[in-house]
Amino acid sequence: MMKKQSSTKTMNPGVYFLINYAVPTIFTILVAFAIPLSRLSGDYFVRELMIRLSRNSFLILALLIPVMAGMGMNFGIVLGAMAGEIGLIFITDWQIIGISGFLLAILVSTPIAILFGYFAGIVLNRAKGREMVTGFMVAFFMNGIYQLIVLYGMGNIIPISNTNILLPRGYGIRNAISLLGIRQVLDKLIPLEIGGILIPVATFIVIATLCVFMVWFRKTKLGQDMRTVGQDNEVARISGINVEKTRVLSIVISTVLACYGQIIFLQNIGTMNTYNSHEQVGVFAIAALLVGGASVAKASILNVFIGVILFHTMFVVSPRAGKELMGQAQLGEYFRVFVSYGVIAFSLALYAWRKRVEKENERKKVMDYRKSILVK
Amino acid sequence: MKEKIKSIINSVGLPRIIIFFFLVSLFVLAPFVGIFLDTSLNDVIVRFGMNGLLVLSLVPMVKSGCGLNFGLQLGIIAGLLGALTSIEMEMIGFTGFFTAIGIAIFFAVILGFLYGTLLNKIKGDEMVVATYVGFSTVSLMCIFWLILPFRSPNMIWAYGGSGLRTTISTQDYWFHVLTDFFKINIGSHIVFPTGTILFFALLTFLLWAFFRTKMGAAMTAVGSNPAYAKSCGVNVNKMRIVSVILSTVIAAIGIIVYQESFGFIQLYMAPLYMAFPAIAALLLGGASVRKASIKNVIIGVFLFQGILTMTPSVVNNIIQSDMSETIRIIVSNGMIVYALTRKIERAR
Repeated sequence: MMKKQSSTKTMNPGVYFLINYAVPTIFTILVAFAIPLSRLSGDYFVRELMIRLSRNSFLILALLIPVMAGMGMNFGIVLGAMAGEIGLIFITDWQIIGISGFLLAILVSTPIAILFGYFAGIVLNRAKGREMVTGFMVAFFMNGIYQLIVLYGMGNIIPISNTNILLPRGYGIRNAISLLGIRQVLDKLIPLEIGGILIPVATFIVIATLCVFMVWFRKTKLGQDMRTVGQDNEVARISGINVEKTRVLSIVISTVLACYGQIIFLQNIGTMNTYNSHEQVGVFAIAALLVGGASVAKASILNVFIGVILFHTMFVVSPRAGKELMGQAQLGEYFRVFVSYGVIAFSLALYAWRKRVEKENERKKVMDYRKSILVK
Repeated sequence: MKEKIKSIINSVGLPRIIIFFFLVSLFVLAPFVGIFLDTSLNDVIVRFGMNGLLVLSLVPMVKSGCGLNFGLQLGIIAGLLGALTSIEMEMIGFTGFFTAIGIAIFFAVILGFLYGTLLNKIKGDEMVVATYVGFSTVSLMCIFWLILPFRSPNMIWAYGGSGLRTTISTQDYWFHVLTDFFKINIGSHIVFPTGTILFFALLTFLLWAFFRTKMGAAMTAVGSNPAYAKSCGVNVNKMRIVSVILSTVIAAIGIIVYQESFGFIQLYMAPLYMAFPAIAALLLGGASVRKASIKNVIIGVFLFQGILTMTPSVVNNIIQSDMSETIRIIVSNGMIVYALTRKIERAR
């Protein structure tokens, strides 16, 4: 660790800052240009941002723990989202509404999320050093399994009594499910309106609780173990930590949190696209976290909130800016998809490049040291 | 005996065996549910011709140690640019087809060079970065498909919208020029696409010959042991760039052959996930993250396309619903997950 610091510290501090915070810097500039272009009213803008902050923060917070354990961005949070959706399908089938339905969905989906997370964790343990691309492929693979369960198994092997959510052929869940029964139950649990803008107090309390949990978790034995594993697998093993188990646990926790995050997300939206809602969860959450200044090896709660604000500001303004600038809203749509993917590509490449440069510097130092000994 | 079976399973890989038996059982079941084997076989051959080159394009990068090319979309983008330009120039028949390829190669070399330079800077993390480089390029090109100044009325929206259409027909230009080249009718159901298969064989042979030249051997050496290659005076970074350019060029040609056979050029988000089926096919043929051969390509494409053609027809007849898409997702992504979780073995 010492060496790492010294090799980067020799760089000009300005350059160092730019390399570390290239993504947030570029993004701030981008957003600063796009906001006046979009000509959106301040009122609308604040309302949108409030909704998105309450809707997305939880999902992004779910990414933090695997980063701590050195497993990089967890593309597998999609699995958690799927588990949450299965829970929501069940409560819709049982027609349990209101906050009790919301809580029941959480209760039902937790074991599924644990199971999914455990599976992902074991797979990732077999692909050390390639966690991210593997996690990404696991998410795609599980999407197939999810389809198998929901599109062919439900109403067939798994009993579903509510014919309203079944496809006309008698089994399989419809493409879209209305979650009217639990729509915004959490957001409106503690009603508060300021200047005509609804503030989802309860949702923010839940998010704040999770933040406190994260801070506390870092200090627990398990949290400490995860940080040790994240820094060096071998050192952790020598000091008696079960590395494999710790890694699996970090993924399980992340998956369960993502499951709750998706349920919170969908209760805000109010409808669920059975086969698409989870697809982009990983990409958007990870892009937002990276925009907030996180890297593959380091991510904090602050990064989450900066990320949500910057990334979603871009989401709100870019279709409008595209329309004002080029006369096509479609252009802005494509632009924001490009930015989401581009941010991930750029940050991952930047991180990989820096890792390699540092490695080479270190090796050079060792070589120089050896030479100096030989000369003596 | 038990030991022997175990060692065979280990060397071939359990998923491959499962998929192989799955395919065999599909072929056995087919006649019982009223499916003509000859039509299915014909489909497999046609699809082999369509997809073969895309899978082949992965080989050079695996050989040089750059891993599975999750950024295959870059080659596809180059191919799309070539195809669109040839149609814009109103080129018809073989002239159009080869003009498309020529222009595609030009773009593929540029894109491949940039892509290769990037991959050299991030050795060890090629796959995950490549995936997102591919994704972001596809979405960036979506913007360009809207604003590039193509004028041909067959390609732009007739009224209302602006920019290129999502699918463009190659019917009036170079549709089936290869497929119908010396095509052979066997019986009433099989039409052997001689031209496509010959074209595939030609490029495969060229690649095979390339790996027997000095440069090809150096490339393989870079993949199997970079330190050793370096000590032999091979320029490791240059070899890797050459392999990436080669992969991108073959992918660009591959997508044009695909469009020639399929009849449509698909733009916008269509190329987004095209890398995965190609990678899955290669892995199914016995390749790994570090090792791939032309044999793997041929076996893999046959198995993969076999499953894609047989599953819908057979399964639909049995349970009266289309599970093919789901099975395709599970098989292709499962295969990639399996390959990624293997320990990396060194190529020999």
